[in-house]
Amino acid sequence: MNLLAVLREAARSLNANKMRTFLTMLGMVIGVAAVVLMLAVGTGAQNQVNRAVSSMGSNLLVILSGSTSAGTLRFGSGNAPTLTTGDAEAIASLPNVQAVAPTFPGGAQVAYGINNWGTQVLGVTPEYTSVRDWPVESGDAISETDIRSSTRVALLGATVVEKLFDTEDPVGKTIRIRGQPFQVLGVLRKKGQSLDGRDQDDSILVPITTAQNKLFGNRFPGTVRFVFVQAVSQEATAAAENDITLLLRQRHRIQPDAEDDFTVRNLTQVAEAASATARILSLMLGAIGSISLVVGGIGIMNIMLVSVTERTREIGIRMAIGARQRDVLMQFLLEALMICIVGGVIGIAFGVAGALAIGNAMKIEVAFSAWVMLVAFAVSAATGIFFGFWPARRAAGLRPVEALRHE
Amino acid sequence: MSGRFIEVEDLGKQYEAAAPGTPPALQSVSLAIEAGEFVAVMGPSGSGKSTFMNLVGLLDTPTGGTYRLNGQNVAGLTTDELAHVRNRVFGFVFQGFNLLKRITASENVALPMVYAGTPGAERRRRAGDLLAKVGLAPYADAMPNRLSGGQQQRVAIARSLANHPQLILADEPTGNLDTQTSAEIMALFTTLNRETGVTILLVTHEHDIAQYANRLIRFKDGLVVHDGAVVHEGAA
Repeated sequence: MNLLAVLREAARSLNANKMRTFLTMLGMVIGVAAVVLMLAVGTGAQNQVNRAVSSMGSNLLVILSGSTSAGTLRFGSGNAPTLTTGDAEAIASLPNVQAVAPTFPGGAQVAYGINNWGTQVLGVTPEYTSVRDWPVESGDAISETDIRSSTRVALLGATVVEKLFDTEDPVGKTIRIRGQPFQVLGVLRKKGQSLDGRDQDDSILVPITTAQNKLFGNRFPGTVRFVFVQAVSQEATAAAENDITLLLRQRHRIQPDAEDDFTVRNLTQVAEAASATARILSLMLGAIGSISLVVGGIGIMNIMLVSVTERTREIGIRMAIGARQRDVLMQFLLEALMICIVGGVIGIAFGVAGALAIGNAMKIEVAFSAWVMLVAFAVSAATGIFFGFWPARRAAGLRPVEALRHE
Repeated sequence: MSGRFIEVEDLGKQYEAAAPGTPPALQSVSLAIEAGEFVAVMGPSGSGKSTFMNLVGLLDTPTGGTYRLNGQNVAGLTTDELAHVRNRVFGFVFQGFNLLKRITASENVALPMVYAGTPGAERRRRAGDLLAKVGLAPYADAMPNRLSGGQQQRVAIARSLANHPQLILADEPTGNLDTQTSAEIMALFTTLNRETGVTILLVTHEHDIAQYANRLIRFKDGLVVHDGAVVHEGAA
């Protein structure tokens, strides 16, 4: 009996026992689909967190100006005009610091043609785009000349472009910010959500001097609201934090026993916390995935064991009429193989479809990995094939008379 | 080729699972069967007649004695060679029919030819011929459970003839059938034996059924207690 004949016999047997084939395949489908779906949702969530973390920029510290108080009423950080462009320049020359980006933010209504939109306008220096890892996608960046001359130019975030321009290329066009004409220098690359869920692309960058002098006015010339500082490396962030504190206390002439009039926040710690959460999340989903795999495997094992053991008599009949052991084994092996391959492919399809549906319905990201599908498939198929083959081998090892007696 | 078709000497079988002290299922049997004979094996339950049948049919292995088939000692055969003999030399008909339930009558008949490596077209042609021979031509595509007991047994007989066997082993083939159907099945065996010269070894506990054979062997307690020509009723 050649392989093709055995293959036909296996296919005929599967076809003749549609219910049994269906049930066995179902075990395989559920096992694989559960794993694929679970890990697609988990990996998607982890990716989302990771992207938000990396969208902050790397090795970042942020310095906020101090709080103000009116009598006993104390306002929050960032309200006192204690931080200046001069401070930022001094910080830039510290050894552990790679770059600084002083920032002067404000809210403004912007308009182009008949469209208008309320958004955040950030007065920045040329370093801002590199410190925040937020490159210009098309057009030009803000230059030192723009800073010196307080030119009315702007870089637009992706959301602003979407709100103001339909299909037009915004570069070179003139928009109005608080009624003043600004030429669009360029468009920023899409950045996505921040860790706290804000849309970072809903912003406009203008030269910091323009923001200070022309757009928002400034009762205290030269002051900024906050300064982003990029340390030379992740290890250097703590040292940089320390150096900055010392430097600013000195520059602001703060007495040894007095409080800081500024706050230094190490954003790498925030990033680390978020990454750790994401890691735990993916670990947990991995564990649930493994359990699904084991549970699915037990299901596959049970149905294979039962359905093949049930067929001991059939094996006896086949042997009585001349099937060799290897004919029987090959047939059962091929049956298990076909069930597992078809069931596995359907399982992957269901898992992918289910994850996409969940992602769509709950508006979350899902991510598929070929590796996960392969492992889920391989583990389930190995279980199915082993427990399809092993009882068949036991039955085929019996003397035909014993197999025939089996009810 | 030296020797007889089937020759057993001191053949015995002791089941491992039997309680200690139980006499063997088959103690010691020595006999020969010539090609073309129609032999009935009778005996009460537990007499060893079915055990004998399973040993001759190579469905079970003896624990003692020798068994020569066409002069060759079968003890030396590998499991694959035993399967080959069951496939080409023997045809089996069981009390419970033992058809595969989920494939058609015709596919059941063709199954021994699948294991013999017969091409598909030839298998289908011969399965059709054999079903016609046992009077079931219209039922080729029927599932076994749609057929009556007698019809199922005819399918089983057709299957046993698939690879032109030298010996048909029938273990209580009429055990599940009514008298009328039994007579029809036995008439079919008789015709096959007369027309094709196929040797038939029939196990039964019914005297009427044994009457169709030419030779009668009686078993009791694992031993042959009678071996001789059947005295046909009315012929005496």
